[in-house]
Amino acid sequence: MPEWWTYTLSDFLLFSPRTYYRLIERHNEATWPWQIVTLGLGLGVAALLRRQAPWQGRAVSAILAVLWTWVAWAFVWQRYATINWAASYFFWLFAIEVLLLVWIGVVRGGMSFRGRRDAAATLGIALFILALALYPMLAPLLGRGWWQAEIFGVVPDPTVVATLGLLLLTEGPPRWGLLAAPLLWCLVSGATLWAMGSPEAWVLLPAALLVLGSSAARGRPEP
Amino acid sequence: MIGAVAAGAAAAMLRPLSTLAESAPITRRIPSSGEQLPVIGLGTWITFNVGDDTELRDECAAVMRAFFRDGGGIIDSSPMYGSSQPVIGYGLRKLGRPSGLFSADKVWTSSGSRGPDQIEQSRAYWGVRRFDLLQVHNLQAWEEHLPTLLAMKAEGGVRYVGITTSEGRRHEELEKIMASRPIDFVQVTYNVLDREVEDRILPLARDRGIAVIINRPFRQGALIREVEHHPLPSWASEFGAGNWAQVLLKFIVSHPAVTCAIPATSKVTHMVENMGAATGALPDAGLRRRMVAHVEGL
Repeated sequence: MPEWWTYTLSDFLLFSPRTYYRLIERHNEATWPWQIVTLGLGLGVAALLRRQAPWQGRAVSAILAVLWTWVAWAFVWQRYATINWAASYFFWLFAIEVLLLVWIGVVRGGMSFRGRRDAAATLGIALFILALALYPMLAPLLGRGWWQAEIFGVVPDPTVVATLGLLLLTEGPPRWGLLAAPLLWCLVSGATLWAMGSPEAWVLLPAALLVLGSSAARGRPEP
Repeated sequence: MIGAVAAGAAAAMLRPLSTLAESAPITRRIPSSGEQLPVIGLGTWITFNVGDDTELRDECAAVMRAFFRDGGGIIDSSPMYGSSQPVIGYGLRKLGRPSGLFSADKVWTSSGSRGPDQIEQSRAYWGVRRFDLLQVHNLQAWEEHLPTLLAMKAEGGVRYVGITTSEGRRHEELEKIMASRPIDFVQVTYNVLDREVEDRILPLARDRGIAVIINRPFRQGALIREVEHHPLPSWASEFGAGNWAQVLLKFIVSHPAVTCAIPATSKVTHMVENMGAATGALPDAGLRRRMVAHVEGL
């Protein structure tokens, strides 16, 4: 890109905030009452975290893979792509994460949650609760109404934040392979929200930074 | 039928001259053809990228209706603008394909060989028989696209050919193209604060007989937001500007080298304000200097 230093974030913004949030509103209307199911699955994940069953990690990974697939197909590909030509690239980012969740978490059983109590785990729990319980409240709190609420498992941002939280809760070294796509999404979506002047940027970008720093501090590279 | 035409002509003749002057938008001549173009056009960056949202598409169509009702002509878009092209097509279908349309689009791909397919896709989105103007977007792969566009023009596939840039980027390269290639239009950024093109690009356009389209007249709305908190200067009434949008647009289109400006909006009220800049008087050189000093001082 010639003269790249002359570009600002707003130069890359393709749509208005009103168009973006109406997109979420229409998606919520079209998928209702799927929101109840996805929030139920989120609570199911929370229940699994408390239960030390041998298949716990596989079940959590499978739920995440299903929700990432649904978000990628129903929102990113079918809806977001109508106002953002880059969404087709984001779709493949989500697809890669699904494949990694299936391969590492479901097939190899490489994810387990044993109730760690360190700082990273505390941050993970906080992010998971934020994604499930607080994220849907942001739209009404910011005056946009309930139909524009961003729900875990329905739209990308809370789904990604919840995934980051869960990845911080896993045993062993940081899962950099699984962290890459959610962190990249936080950067892309956070920059978009920032350019739109949306306060949610203050959730997504700091969350990504905290996860990055926390994972780096957690220790050794993945074997 | 003949009677009706005669009656219409008689009614037009009876209308006060001042009314005619107020209702007819100011036009500028396209140097390469002599065709007249209204000085205020319609840009579609961001504002028309509303996807398949019917409510927002209808709002865009309402903006287009106000635009054509007030004598607007040129609508400008690009494959880069998301769903703007199909949204324009939706509006044109809804309005019954207004005869005043001057369709301006761009080719935006790094591959010269993909240009024709992209242009055909854009044409299908708009639902027009052919584009009036095709431009190379932001000089991207212009060495490959320009020969294609010029060949299309020679075959009657497009009426005019141009090249675009924005926010002052790659002006040196743009100058070289303007000086050496037979283009009809150039599109650049120009407004009361961003006046870099006054030095070389606009004089060159006049010398070479190239029409000039001005993008980002309001700095993507930021300029309007900056000035609207300040009272409208008293001298604005000297050239019939009733609001800040008209002040800013009249500054642009009063430059003798400028053919038209293409502000983007999704609101009918703003469209009507913008079109008001195409009527009445335009500021002279003295007033233009005063406008610059005033806005820079805010």
